[in-house]
Amino acid sequence: MNKSNPMTDTSLPANWFSRLAHPGVFLSWSRNWIAPLAALTIILFTIGLWYSFFNSPPDYQMGETVRIMYIHVPSAWLSQMIYTLMAVSAIGTLVWRHPMADMSMKAAAPLGAAFTAVALFTGALWGRPTWGTFWEWDGRMTSTLVLFLMYLGLVALWRTFEGQARGTRIIAIFTLVGALNIPIIKFSVDWWNTLHQPSIIKADGLSMPASIYTPLLIMVVAFTALFFTLHLVGMRTEILRHRANSLERRHVSARNGTSSGTTS
Amino acid sequence: MIDLGPHAVFIVSSYLGAALVILALILWTALSSHQQKRRLAELEKRGIYRRSETTSNRKEE
Repeated sequence: MNKSNPMTDTSLPANWFSRLAHPGVFLSWSRNWIAPLAALTIILFTIGLWYSFFNSPPDYQMGETVRIMYIHVPSAWLSQMIYTLMAVSAIGTLVWRHPMADMSMKAAAPLGAAFTAVALFTGALWGRPTWGTFWEWDGRMTSTLVLFLMYLGLVALWRTFEGQARGTRIIAIFTLVGALNIPIIKFSVDWWNTLHQPSIIKADGLSMPASIYTPLLIMVVAFTALFFTLHLVGMRTEILRHRANSLERRHVSARNGTSSGTTS
Repeated sequence: MIDLGPHAVFIVSSYLGAALVILALILWTALSSHQQKRRLAELEKRGIYRRSETTSNRKEE
């Protein structure tokens, strides 16, 4: 990628965040965060799973199947949060042409696809005993399926445009256009008739008892911590991949008598 | 183990499926990271470094 140096580029706001997000600086500070984040993830999953199976009652309507919600809701939350993060990163790519925004988008796409797949799979298995069907072409489920397909499309685009700056900007535009689907997923249960439950968080408080909300909240935080751990490692991997690609290109150019360079 | 009732198969399948995907994701992430580190180490062994890199910060990464 022919990117300008974010440390010297005057189009970037010269603040601590820009310095922190410089690929070299990012590599050095992020390595200290991986182990604590991974440990936090393991602790949260241990507590969350214990609550999910041994310290929460069956629901008065759904019975024991309420336990599926403790993995379905966190993965559905991540499917939307990750896309929102990618959309924000896409703005970073298009406005500031920041290499770390590219890395963030690229590393997040397969993670988003995986968590969306988990949300769809667990949702289907929840739907069968609760609604009597694995699948219904209603607003929430269809828009989530569209989200999954968009993630797959973006992963394919990243592989197609590997290491091409122009390709990165095209992917960023596609990502931003796809972000229109996020409010559709969120508000689909309010806009259209659906089998799917409405949001559990309402203006007048939560629509569930604390005994069910507690494991749900812990699992949401556990899934989120898992995502940030994997995303951090993924971004570091993308920096290393970019460096290795640049080094190989430079080496080949040097052998052929032309010049080239690396930026991160 | 607690009694998961008549829909146990749906509950267990959900958790197993999610665990499989998450484990695959962790493995894939770790493997990709390892592959790029190895790639850079091989380049370094061949004497190909980044221009800005010194011996000290190479060791750090």
